[in-house]
Amino acid sequence: MTRKLLTGNGAAAWGARLSASDYIPAFPITPQTEIIETLAGWIDNSDLDARLVTLESEHSMITAAAAAASTGVRVFSATSSQGLLYGMEMLYTVAGWRSPFVLVNVSRGLASPITLGPDHNDIMAARDSGFLQIHCATCQEVLDSTLIAFRLAEHTRVRLPVIVNLDGFYLSFTREPVDIPDSKLARQYVGDYDAENIRFRASAPLSQAVAVLGGSPYSYFRYESHLAAQDSLEIYHEVTEEFNQLFGRQYDAIDCYRSDDADYVFVMMGSFATKAKEAVDQLRDTGFAIGLLRPRLMRPFPAQIFQQLLACKKGVAVIDQNLSMGMGGVLHSELAASLYGQAHAPPLLMSYIGGLGGRDISSEEFFEIASELRLSAEQGKTPPPRLLYTKTELREVRKLQAVAHVERQDLDEGNTHE
Amino acid sequence: MSELTYRRMKDLPSTHLLGTGTPMCAGCGGLNALHQIYDIIGEKSIFINAAGCMTLLSVYPFTPFRGSWLYTAMASAPAGAQGVRDALDVLLQKNRMSMQDDMQVVVLTGDGAAYGMGLSATSGAMERDLDFMYICYDNEGYGNTGQQYSGATPHAAMTATSRGPRGFPGFKKDLFSIWSAHKPAYVATVIGTEPLDLARKIEKARSLKGPRMIIALSPCPTGWDYDPQDSVTVGKLAVRTGVWPLKEYVDGKVVHTKVPHPRKPVEEYLKLQGRFSHLFEPQRDDALINEIQAKVGAYWEDVDS
Ligand SMILES: Cc1ncc(C[n+]2csc(CCOP(=O)(O)OP(=O)(O)O)c2C)c(N)n1
Ligand code: SF4
Ligand SMILES: [Mg+2]
Repeated sequence: MTRKLLTGNGAAAWGARLSASDYIPAFPITPQTEIIETLAGWIDNSDLDARLVTLESEHSMITAAAAAASTGVRVFSATSSQGLLYGMEMLYTVAGWRSPFVLVNVSRGLASPITLGPDHNDIMAARDSGFLQIHCATCQEVLDSTLIAFRLAEHTRVRLPVIVNLDGFYLSFTREPVDIPDSKLARQYVGDYDAENIRFRASAPLSQAVAVLGGSPYSYFRYESHLAAQDSLEIYHEVTEEFNQLFGRQYDAIDCYRSDDADYVFVMMGSFATKAKEAVDQLRDTGFAIGLLRPRLMRPFPAQIFQQLLACKKGVAVIDQNLSMGMGGVLHSELAASLYGQAHAPPLLMSYIGGLGGRDISSEEFFEIASELRLSAEQGKTPPPRLLYTKTELREVRKLQAVAHVERQDLDEGNTHE
Repeated sequence: MSELTYRRMKDLPSTHLLGTGTPMCAGCGGLNALHQIYDIIGEKSIFINAAGCMTLLSVYPFTPFRGSWLYTAMASAPAGAQGVRDALDVLLQKNRMSMQDDMQVVVLTGDGAAYGMGLSATSGAMERDLDFMYICYDNEGYGNTGQQYSGATPHAAMTATSRGPRGFPGFKKDLFSIWSAHKPAYVATVIGTEPLDLARKIEKARSLKGPRMIIALSPCPTGWDYDPQDSVTVGKLAVRTGVWPLKEYVDGKVVHTKVPHPRKPVEEYLKLQGRFSHLFEPQRDDALINEIQAKVGAYWEDVDS
């Protein structure tokens, strides 16, 4: 084992390298590009015995990835944001092929307006595709989750592709010290790729991804994927347990931070949860019994574990770094669906939207959420969902609008700039 | 084997590999071509399909193919071929698969995918010099969805989305030239009603490496609106009127493999098909017929000069 300063992107590339990926279909997009550049560099220097091919789109990239996995090689790929959406037809399509591979998504806000800043709307759009989803909060977790993802995807009871998600900029470009597992041990953990019964060979012809007629066979295969995805929660426990034994790092489906004895809980995903952790510590110093739950798994959704961990809590605030227009936060709705009608479910489940396009969430905002949480619990009333935005921000946007307005007027009046 | 294997009709394969009982329409010119093509490519192959009529060849749990099959989506069959070919190469190179298990990787799509949605993926595959075959069965429209016009629809044809008195206002895209401009190993046009010409070309394609691109004009009784029993006549007339030039591109040169001489008037081809009936009824549209004839004439003048 060696310890190195790695970016989140570097950690993802190490994950692909240590799991001995054979094939890497690629396409550049900020902030993911460093991953494929790093892998290409290793291949050029013979540090990695793999084939990297740049396709002409993510739609093609995901098709090639799954086609190669169906032929019997281990496949790694990476994308982000618009790329994930460009490939969306194939995400849904190839998940049904039941040919496991790992795709890293570096989360970035979606157009419009076009931006490079991170949030989770891209990955949430893949929520129902059939890909499993592991969400990371540190660079170490990115590397380790990539290894775990291969084990999970390739497990005989799962056979589904897995997305490992990390936040653009906050993780992708941030350097953190990362333990790089010994390559032999990593190989031992991940094992050889076993194509099982799906692989194209001249001597054993196979029809893959054929059409069905009617809802009955269609439903059968869709249910099968769903049941495998549900089953994968148990497999996730197994493979992370084994990971812990080999490498000494435990990755529960939900990361619990000071939540055991807490009355109140923040729920957040991804690297912004690190900010919530700091806020928890500061609030604890003032005697506020609050904690944090950060789901690593979004699919399968660890509903039962949430039910247990949140039983008898006085109130929960879900801070979603995504926005389902006309509805609100996705994690909030999923959690509500998991808790509704359960014995000892917390009476209060509040919803906040924050961190869109990389907008910061300040400690003050966490404190504000916490006090609103306590007040609402005392009053026994759930306030409406809130979109985090400060007066200063609003003033800044008003300024931009004023400039735009003046420029437009100038144009309309035919004034030209010298 | 070389293309000389097929000198006469009796040299053509007598085995018929592709199973029968598929849900294709009676008289389907695309299926006719595919039967002949499959006999030559053989069962050591994987067909990678895009959305279209032929997607229904393999419906769970049946397939007429003796080799493998992978359905992808409308736009990305060439990318599927890339993944399969690359994986086979990786397995061979790492000694994880025997040479015996290698196979021809063949893309099978309609014109809608080939001329339009999948063109970017095809261009990418050619630019990467992918070792694969591409069979486009060209029924000149989005057949599976009810024959709307596509990039392959000929001028004046009536389709589900061009029902006006002059039919489709656009012109058939020259995919042969677009493909050839990529300088792939091989490009050819074929038609099921010229079996010897087809067999020679598929055999040649099979023997080469790199991108080998085939466009098969596929008379389509359902979409072109004629009696299924006329499918062969329509196909033969497509060639004899000069509407469908049989040619190949190899080593940077285009060669016409069957020059119709003398060329029959295009109207003999047009008047058999309901999609052109507005050129003849209620009254003859000489201007439009002459326009089509002139285009065909200009093409062959270019060839002759
Ligand atoms: C992304 C996408 N858009 C639209 C369709 C609907 N669709 C299915 S088959 C088809 C027509 C394909 O035309 P072509 O490639 O010419 O094949 P043909 O149907 O004529 O055999 C269309 C538009 C689809 N399957 N996928
Ligand atoms: S619509 Fe045309 S191309 Fe499609 S199966 Fe029928 S005859 Fe063949
Ligand atoms: Mg068509």
